Amino acid sequence: MKNSLPKLRPVLLLLLGLVLPVLRAAAQATSEPEMADTLRHDGKIYVVVAVITVVLAGLLFFLISLDRKLSRLEKEVKE
Amino acid sequence: MKKNWWKALAVVLLLYVAVAGLLMPVPRLAILNESIRNLYFHVPMWFGMTFILVASVYYSVRYLRTPTPELDILAHESAKTGILMGVVGLATGSIWARYTWGAWWTNDPKLNGAAIAMLIYGAYLVLRSSFTDEQQRARISAIYNIFAFATAMPLFYILPRLTDSLHPGAGGNPAFAKYDLDSNMRLVFYPAVIGWTLLAFWLAQVASRLSLLKQKVYEKQLA
Repeated sequence: MKNSLPKLRPVLLLLLGLVLPVLRAAAQATSEPEMADTLRHDGKIYVVVAVITVVLAGLLFFLISLDRKLSRLEKEVKE
Repeated sequence: MKKNWWKALAVVLLLYVAVAGLLMPVPRLAILNESIRNLYFHVPMWFGMTFILVASVYYSVRYLRTPTPELDILAHESAKTGILMGVVGLATGSIWARYTWGAWWTNDPKLNGAAIAMLIYGAYLVLRSSFTDEQQRARISAIYNIFAFATAMPLFYILPRLTDSLHPGAGGNPAFAKYDLDSNMRLVFYPAVIGWTLLAFWLAQVASRLSLLKQKVYEKQLA
């Protein structure tokens, strides 16, 4: 566990760097044709974003665990 | 960990795309409206499909040069993943068409071209399942796979461009029309293409390993 933290650092930094433009975009206010602005500001679009993120994270987690189980099984069969 | 860095990259990029794809500003265009965000989810399906099908053809060619069951499995699982991505691409495109054009399906050359190409790949699966001899199955489906790819790619990317198409980016226009040249969209679109493509390769890899493992276990039981 101690060793996994430094390994994760580039991943976290990459994620942070990728999210920066989103923060900038969130700070900008615009007014033009009909778009889902209200949803974005006061509405509940963030709820949807959170839901999609959780669904995706869940599926990816499942894939990762499947991958790991497969690796373990591969090792077992090799022996 | 060293070998699996691309899987971590896929996770990071896909989570980023899910968040930024919905929240980043996009060009305000009539008719498209917010559905322009489909560029981050629908279009990468086709990119991912194309890349994984290229991998499938690569394995098929390698199989024909040096026939090993591993290469056959890799070609088969890559093609299956490509077909999955293509079916998802067709389904997401159909939903979009319903709310943009008013119909689930139109006789647009881009749509029909993609549908025919998917049928050609569907025939690959049918062909595979019609053999009992493993080597015959592997060899003939490898050859079919090469022809399927050579037929499907013009149907996806060349023929629709020779005629008029309602599909964004088609009908004589290059794929990167003005709505995806927006620099904000590029910030999400490129990571989306990479992320979904990596996911396709990940799925194909896991499926291939399972298939390979199954074969090994059978061999052990026979021995």
